[in-house]
Amino acid sequence: MSTATTHDAHHEEHPSGLMRWVTTTNHKDIGTLYLLFSLLMFLVGGAMAMVIRAELFEPGLQFVEPQFFNSMTTMHALIMIFGAVMPAFVCLANWLIPMMIGAPDMALPRMNNWSFWILPFAFAILLSTLFMEGGAPAGGWTMYPPLVMQTGNAFPFLIFSVHLMGISSIMGAINVIVTIVNMRAPGMTMMKMPLFVWTWLITAYLLIATMPVLAGAVTMLLTDRFFDTSFFNAAGGGDPVMFQHIFWFFGHPEVYILILQAFGIVSQIIPTFARKPLFGYSSMVYATASIAFLSFIVWAHHMFTVGMPLTGELFFMYATMLIAVPTGVKVFNWVSTMWRGAMTFETPMLFAIGFVIMFTIGGFSGLMLAMAPVDFQYHDTYFVVAHFHYVLVTGAVFAIMGATYYWLPKWTGHMYNEKLGKLHFWLSTISVNVLFFPQHFLGLAGMPRRIPDYSVQFAGFNEISSIGGFAFGLTQLLFVYIVFKTIKGGEKATDQVWEGAHGLEWTLPSPPPYHSFSTAPEVK
Amino acid sequence: MLVTKTKRALTAAAGIAALFGATSAAAEYGLNLTTGVTPISREAYDLHMLILEVCIGIGVVVFGAMFISIIKHRKSRGVQPSQFHESTTVEILWTIIPFLILVGMAIPATKALVAMEDTSNADLSIKVTGYQWRWGYDYVDNGISFISSLATPKDQIYNKAKKDEHYLLEVDKPLVVPVNKKVRLLITANDVIHAWWVPALGMKKDAIPGYINEMWFKVEKAGTYRGQCAELCGKDHGFMPIVVVAKDEADYEKWVAEQKGEAKADEQAAQRTWSRDELMARGEKVYNSSCAACHQANGEGVPGAFPALKGGAVTTGPVAGHISLVLNGKPGTAMAAFANQLSDVELAAVVTYERNAWGNDTGDMVQPSDVKAAR
Amino acid sequence: MSEAHGGYYVPHGTYWPIVGSIGLTTLLVGVANFLNGWNAGEALMVAGFAIVLFMMFGWFGTVIRESESGMYDDQVDRSFRWGMGWFIFSEVMFFAAFFGALFYARIYSVPWLGGADPGTNEFLWNGFEAVWPTNGPGDVGGKFETIGAWGIPAINTLLLLSSCVTVTFAHWALKKNQRTPLVLWLLATVVLGFTFLGLQIMEYMHAYHELNLTLGSGIYGSTFFMLTGFHGFHVTVGAIMLTVIMLRSMKGHFTPDHHFAFEGVAWYWHFVDVVWLGLFIFVYIL
Ligand code: HEA
Ligand code: HEA
Ligand code: HEC
Ligand code: CUA
Ligand SMILES: [Cu+2]
Repeated sequence: MSTATTHDAHHEEHPSGLMRWVTTTNHKDIGTLYLLFSLLMFLVGGAMAMVIRAELFEPGLQFVEPQFFNSMTTMHALIMIFGAVMPAFVCLANWLIPMMIGAPDMALPRMNNWSFWILPFAFAILLSTLFMEGGAPAGGWTMYPPLVMQTGNAFPFLIFSVHLMGISSIMGAINVIVTIVNMRAPGMTMMKMPLFVWTWLITAYLLIATMPVLAGAVTMLLTDRFFDTSFFNAAGGGDPVMFQHIFWFFGHPEVYILILQAFGIVSQIIPTFARKPLFGYSSMVYATASIAFLSFIVWAHHMFTVGMPLTGELFFMYATMLIAVPTGVKVFNWVSTMWRGAMTFETPMLFAIGFVIMFTIGGFSGLMLAMAPVDFQYHDTYFVVAHFHYVLVTGAVFAIMGATYYWLPKWTGHMYNEKLGKLHFWLSTISVNVLFFPQHFLGLAGMPRRIPDYSVQFAGFNEISSIGGFAFGLTQLLFVYIVFKTIKGGEKATDQVWEGAHGLEWTLPSPPPYHSFSTAPEVK
Repeated sequence: MLVTKTKRALTAAAGIAALFGATSAAAEYGLNLTTGVTPISREAYDLHMLILEVCIGIGVVVFGAMFISIIKHRKSRGVQPSQFHESTTVEILWTIIPFLILVGMAIPATKALVAMEDTSNADLSIKVTGYQWRWGYDYVDNGISFISSLATPKDQIYNKAKKDEHYLLEVDKPLVVPVNKKVRLLITANDVIHAWWVPALGMKKDAIPGYINEMWFKVEKAGTYRGQCAELCGKDHGFMPIVVVAKDEADYEKWVAEQKGEAKADEQAAQRTWSRDELMARGEKVYNSSCAACHQANGEGVPGAFPALKGGAVTTGPVAGHISLVLNGKPGTAMAAFANQLSDVELAAVVTYERNAWGNDTGDMVQPSDVKAAR
Repeated sequence: MSEAHGGYYVPHGTYWPIVGSIGLTTLLVGVANFLNGWNAGEALMVAGFAIVLFMMFGWFGTVIRESESGMYDDQVDRSFRWGMGWFIFSEVMFFAAFFGALFYARIYSVPWLGGADPGTNEFLWNGFEAVWPTNGPGDVGGKFETIGAWGIPAINTLLLLSSCVTVTFAHWALKKNQRTPLVLWLLATVVLGFTFLGLQIMEYMHAYHELNLTLGSGIYGSTFFMLTGFHGFHVTVGAIMLTVIMLRSMKGHFTPDHHFAFEGVAWYWHFVDVVWLGLFIFVYIL
């Protein structure tokens, strides 16, 4: 395989210190920046979740005022989605896609740098609103008007930070598409690409198609507030619900933007540890594409209660239910891959199995929400909160953590501490279920979401949930510790790292050379 | 301490067991969806149970297969991995079977949905208006009209007093409806989006400013049913409960008559001249229930969000400007128009109160007739 | 400063993105300050804009230099093409949001406001009747008149359509390496583009001063000005880019088979044209 220029010898020709990171056009450096940024945002967003759980520990107002509570909910969601999970996936794209398809780097390296270096500014703007008169945005991450119009001085800053995040995502997505279509090594046909690459390709299309729509939606908010337009104002012939349609046209594909790559990751990990090829590769590809397609025509399932015409409700109900079919294909394929394999259970595999089970639970509750007549009861309760944390936390976040354990030895050349990794998995899995499972009951019993205080009948489960939340939060400090310890040193990892691992990235040395494939590898 | 913890753990365990066991008894523990008291809520409950059971069934099969594999097909047992990775037959099967299951669920769901959206032939229509943060009810047919706001005292919220059984779910004036009548709600909002939801009635609908949404229910059992606003509507979103009292025909008629009497008394009250003490006492009450949420009980507001009325430019300026601001609100801000929310008496009282409380000693007095003239 | 990897050009470190981020942030924070009525607003806006311009000159300059010195092979060229194509697609989706708003208002919200079915117009809007154009039941912004399709807008349509033809002629000329026709056809395109803009500005002045049609004229004014306004902004950007391409052509840049920048701009120009056709049909005619 390609010649092993060592990592250190290579560094001398690059600017060093901080400027190396500011100016880098290298996909691995940029991947690392994304990783660190995402970790930081996960801690910030998580700290806000801890404020939420602390206030909800008991009925009554204890720590924060209602307005600030709403700010916490809003900022928590924006930071977790745009700051933690999406950048984490871009980190993986940067690190892995060139290595997986046999390319020297990403196709547009300067733009790659820019996609990253917009993010710290976007989030600096967003976080600065916490210190403004009138407080940080408190209208929910969904930013529904007219409520969002009551935001204080933070309002234009909110809008512009969303614009910046959008620009960053679009550039990142364009880069991914171009890299995949144009940079594959000879012989790496589309249907030979690893599934992670496939899922990212499809996600990138979703991003390019939806982020501009979000930008349009928030631009209309801006002009409604400052330039007298009436998009969302009934007196002028507009409609507040129109915002919801535009927002969710972005918002629903967005939730698949947060999960498709997770599917890809799990499809890489399970075959490795089952020592058996992925079952149904091509149906996995088609299922991903179908999910992406369907995601554009289901958005109004978030709006069953806004008073849509009956035909609209029926259409969106049917379309939403349909998504269970391709998603089911994926779940069945994963199980079949495990079936009659020879499995071992290192940390990445544990996270992958945890993902399959808990994501499916989240998917089931999603399907329940899809039934419009019952969604009238579930909507805007903690049942929804439970649903999306199962798919987001035990889905997306668990997959990201699994991916980190899986590829970190390749990236750093060091093995992580397996015992601590397993401990991290088990503590996380137990606490996250204590955290989110009871929220199903709260929702069914009638507890609305986005409230800082609740009736005494909901006290017990909220207390349990909060305890689970604190435990889950503390456990993540262990994750941070493991990651940094592995970066700094540890047992040397072999090139293949995992006995059952297949794919181009494992043919490179650990850590890989600065430019992954200086000469394109042959793919048979 | 330990005992309560064990009890909680047991409740949680029971909860999980109950959900998976899918017994209707779970409803009594507040773990499951309520069966409610309307045909709609029962239909929602049945559908909920049906899909829950289907999901649990599929879950058992999928997770079962997975666990068998995890236990039996592990390397430590010395198995050799087989290398199969495709089977068109099973792949087609597990595309079609879930699809058929979904069709099976879509049929009853469609029927339920059609029934729920059929608001025709209502016996009674009530217009519901969401305000930040209270509900207004107007009986379209007999002209009864009132505002319903949270009745839980601040002391309980700030943990200075013991919380009642219906903490945060009590209002000063509940919505009253007759049983076994098809009640149609015409829902709208005045400022931002709210949502009207009483779980036992089985329906939730958003209140959109500028638009009317419809929903209906037919309560089958007299009683008191509680719910909450279910759409984020600002800082006191968690503090705008809904209470519905369903009464038998006769009791309902009696209530209607009472309301009409009260309305007449109010009208008379608006005719006469009020004394300063009366106005101040009434004004303080109105202020605390309608204005203090934003401008605070001490009149100092919240810097950056809600202006202070203590020593404020408007509250110590000309009377006419003050009255008109409260009547018409300030478009584009959270300051709503109170013309439709408060009566002349209440408006007069609250303006008088604001002009004389917290050291705003302007000495002005506003009479209901002044408000009427300013409308 | 280049490193060829199997032929593919991977640039070394670059300062332009961080300059761009600082510029964009300064600009947007400036606008936000301005909107909030704070003092620093204008100064920050100007500074931010200047930094962004500086970044564009620097960044594009570097790319042009690299391109002219032959560092880009066909594969790099393909990367740029794909990138430009998907960038244009993202712009299409941005416009889709505003077209969506227009359709939603016309098909749903306005008829609902004037609808008797659940009683929205009866209970809330005093029997408002749904018509288009409208400034809503609140008569927001007062009475206004609209701009007919067959005056300036029709002329503008012709202008843009012809500019599509001229830019294509320029492309053919480039492919045959006929430099003078190339520059002249580009010049014609640029002139048509700026004429379009001039007429558009006249039309706006007419709307604001004589027709009382403004951004504040309810949903009609909102959709009208946001759609045509964003389109006009894109025409401006496109015309500036065409000007740059023309100047580069005059300096002898581009070869018959290596001229991505030219094509990228031409694509962009066609996109602007297609959006205009959509506008002409859905905003002006229907
Ligand atoms: C990663 C993110 C993610 C994912 C993957 C999903 C997946 C799904 N979601 Fe979820 N959803 C969110 C994130 C996500 N969601 C968020 C963030 C919100 C709230 C936003 C807000 O309001 O703030 C939300 C809200 C939400 C609602 C609105 C609820 C409400 O507000 O009232 C609905 C309603 O239909 C819904 C449905 C679904 C469905 C049907 C799926 C499906 O894709 C699930 C499919 C998977 C399965 C079904 C399991 C596996 C399948 C099988 C094993 C096959 C066999 C199964 C059967 C035939 C039953 N979601
Ligand atoms: C990817 C997205 C994502 C992720 C990862 C999370 C993670 C978590 N979420 Fe989040 N959440 C959302 C997306 C996400 N959430 C969205 C979209 C909403 C809806 C918002 C809206 O309504 O507008 C929401 C809303 C939401 C609510 C409802 C709020 C409300 O309705 O008012 C709650 C309440 O419990 C909650 C809790 C949590 C918790 C406890 C975690 C935990 O998993 C977090 C764990 C991580 C940490 C804790 C950080 C690491 C540790 C430290 C920093 C050390 C400090 C630790 C201690 C002091 C213990 N979330
Ligand atoms: C939802 C929050 C809210 C409620 C409830 C509310 N107000 Fe206000 N009020 C505001 C806001 C916000 C402003 C500032 C408007 C502006 O930007 O000028 C305001 C302004 C005022 C002013 C002008 C103050 C000044 O000096 O400019 C008066 C007087 C006033 N309110 C009286 C009342 C009265 C009387 C009530 C109750 C009957 C009330 N408000 C209820 C939010 C509220
Ligand atoms: Cu009203 Cu929430
Ligand atoms: Cu969705």
